[in-house]
Amino acid sequence: MNLKAMNLKTFKGGLHPPDGKEFSATKAIEVCPLPEEIIIPLAQHIGAPAEVCVEVGAKVKKGTLIATARGFVSAPIHASTSGEVIAIEPRLHPMGKALPAIVIKPDGEDAWDENLKGANPDDLSGDELKACIQAAGIVGMGGATFPTHVKLSPPADKQIDTLILNGVECEPYLTADHRMMLEATEQILDGIAILRKVLGIERAVIGIEANKPDAIEKMTKEAAARNIEVQALEVKYPQGAEKQLIDAITGRQVPSGTLPMEVGVVVQNVGTAAAISDAVRLGRPLVERVVTITGPGIKEPKNLLVRIGTPLQFLVDQCEGLNGEPAKIIMGGPMMGQTQLSLETPAIRGTSGLLIFRKEDLPRYEAGPCIRCGRCIGACPIHLQPTAIATYARLDLFDEAEEYHALDCIECGCCTYTCPATLPLVQSIRYAKAAILAKKRTI
Amino acid sequence: MENRLYLSSSPHIHSGETTDKVMRKVIYALLPATALSIYFFGLPALSVLLICTLGCMGFEALSCKLMSKPLALADGSAALTGVLLALNMPPTSSWWLALFGAAIAIFIGKQVYGGLGYNPFNPALVARVVLLISFPVQMTSWTAPAPLGSGLDAITAATPLGEMKTAVMLTGKLPELAHSGFLNYFTGNMAGSLGEVSAIALLLGGLYLLFKKVISWHIPVAFIGTVLVIGAIFWAVSPEIYPNPLFHLLTGGLLLGAFFMATDMVTSPVTDKGMLIFGFGCGLLTVLIRLFGGYPEGVSFAILLMNAATPLIDRFCHPKIYGQTEAKA
Ligand code: SF4
Ligand code: SF4
Repeated sequence: MNLKAMNLKTFKGGLHPPDGKEFSATKAIEVCPLPEEIIIPLAQHIGAPAEVCVEVGAKVKKGTLIATARGFVSAPIHASTSGEVIAIEPRLHPMGKALPAIVIKPDGEDAWDENLKGANPDDLSGDELKACIQAAGIVGMGGATFPTHVKLSPPADKQIDTLILNGVECEPYLTADHRMMLEATEQILDGIAILRKVLGIERAVIGIEANKPDAIEKMTKEAAARNIEVQALEVKYPQGAEKQLIDAITGRQVPSGTLPMEVGVVVQNVGTAAAISDAVRLGRPLVERVVTITGPGIKEPKNLLVRIGTPLQFLVDQCEGLNGEPAKIIMGGPMMGQTQLSLETPAIRGTSGLLIFRKEDLPRYEAGPCIRCGRCIGACPIHLQPTAIATYARLDLFDEAEEYHALDCIECGCCTYTCPATLPLVQSIRYAKAAILAKKRTI
Repeated sequence: MENRLYLSSSPHIHSGETTDKVMRKVIYALLPATALSIYFFGLPALSVLLICTLGCMGFEALSCKLMSKPLALADGSAALTGVLLALNMPPTSSWWLALFGAAIAIFIGKQVYGGLGYNPFNPALVARVVLLISFPVQMTSWTAPAPLGSGLDAITAATPLGEMKTAVMLTGKLPELAHSGFLNYFTGNMAGSLGEVSAIALLLGGLYLLFKKVISWHIPVAFIGTVLVIGAIFWAVSPEIYPNPLFHLLTGGLLLGAFFMATDMVTSPVTDKGMLIFGFGCGLLTVLIRLFGGYPEGVSFAILLMNAATPLIDRFCHPKIYGQTEAKA
């Protein structure tokens, strides 16, 4: 396929970090075996944590509901294998502190709950489909983990006309979505069809970065028959950020402080679409996901289909172990991922990758004075002036930081990545954002 | 193992393009011009270069020591200031003039404001202008090139711009050299300061910086473009007293200024729009000074004046933020 001939779309700003995908891009998805213990945190999505509905000692099957959603912006949680609930207690969470979790001892059968029943999406109405998605605990699997049914429930006054499927995977090193597009093409397309029905719209566009020509080719071939468009996008970080993706594909800009539905768009990750297909056709809730285990600190990088709650150490063991001494354990990608205190933490619904760097992979820099080179401004996909915001943040001048639109920052990290003075720009901006929001709450 | 893990908030990787690498690339980009000026002006040029560069580095180290700040030589900015200063000096400058220039550049141009990143004016230009005003004779005694190995002695000569200014003032007409000799100007075979000589070498360095994305096109294009357009307008109106725009381009410090001095990051605006305004201002002031001012060359003054306007430009030029306009609608 000649990508040059395709008209690659993109946004203004951004940059090109080394992509690191060669570690795992060609590795087919493998099913990760059962660990000794599964740790399922109650907080795995944006919104209220789920509420436990089993007791210690209960026998559960794969897919059994173990915690119910608390309110609309929340999601239920299900057991990811069959076994016994051996503890409900705080465990180390990827967020870096101990948070309530349900611990399951697998019985080795890995048997699905017999009460789970699938349905043919053609027989269900849009609202019934949405109820399936909600009951299955589907959340955005690109990493944001926003409950999907919320995104699918725009207020009556918002006209949605376009569904965008995010297959960009612009974070370096991660290849989970890439592999999904190659290996679960059918499920993704089926999920898209369901999403279209729920939203009652026709137009669906899959956005894929041009560094995945095989995925673009396969998706294009299979999507055509279902009237789903595939748009190849220029390789540039953060092409997969929601706002940048919408801009690239539709030319619309989401107004500051609002959601994509404001411009008639709903964005879903390709992995989420596949999970939706399983939820409806097979009745299976979201209990597993593909995780890329990668980085120079891993002997044999892989893409694994992982049960939610599997400890990270177990994932590393499936990849022939650590390659040298780890210096940074990152859940997610190198630009936006979160460092982990230990490999004891479990993989959760938003875990797209486990990336391990050794000391030698991480040069340490001494931050110097800003040389006003303007690179942070050129790289900012929101076109902010990170240097100005960060300076105000360091001086605790939060009103000024807000005037420079600190709250619009999407925390993509481009500014810090590119700053020759190696200033912690986005870190300072986060600090300012937190202070501005705290002030707003008290007023 | 656990306690040897780094915890930090994202991002976890860096481009690796740090300040010292940026400075080093600018120095590399100046190599062709420095080499050619040593070729044309011989050993005196080399000694000016060495004194300025080592002088700036020495004064930088001294001021860090005096102010008990960490030694900042590694960022390469002092060395770069030294090279730029040398390129702005007459090739036959005496050692004390070069050393004095280096001291002004570092102390008055940079360190009094707090060092790298805080100085409002380009340090090398501050030094050049202070020298020009304090030592007008020494700073304007130019020599004709005496290429290495040619056996020629350095003889006094005027710069093409200087000659033009004198001729226009005395006779009201452009001298012959404003109409010919462009090939010499292009290769750098003319009188001038070290770095004001070779258009081709400066262009080469400038393109390297653009290609390596060390600088963006906005300032050089706006600066040079403005000089060419305004120069062309005057030339079209009366070609007997106003030189051809190519003459503006190839003689004097325009290329050096546009690619290497005006693009100094610390002292120029940070936004694209701001850089265009800055470049335009530099170009306009340069032509006006060259054609109507008291000095034959206006590049240094133009850049310094625009340096002074930089905070104001930055205050009013903001990039158009994603999703902002719609929000108000
Ligand atoms: S300011 Fe925010 S949005 Fe802009 S580059 Fe930095 S992290 Fe990204
Ligand atoms: S990238 Fe760093 S050095 Fe350059 S302007 Fe931004 S903060 Fe300053």
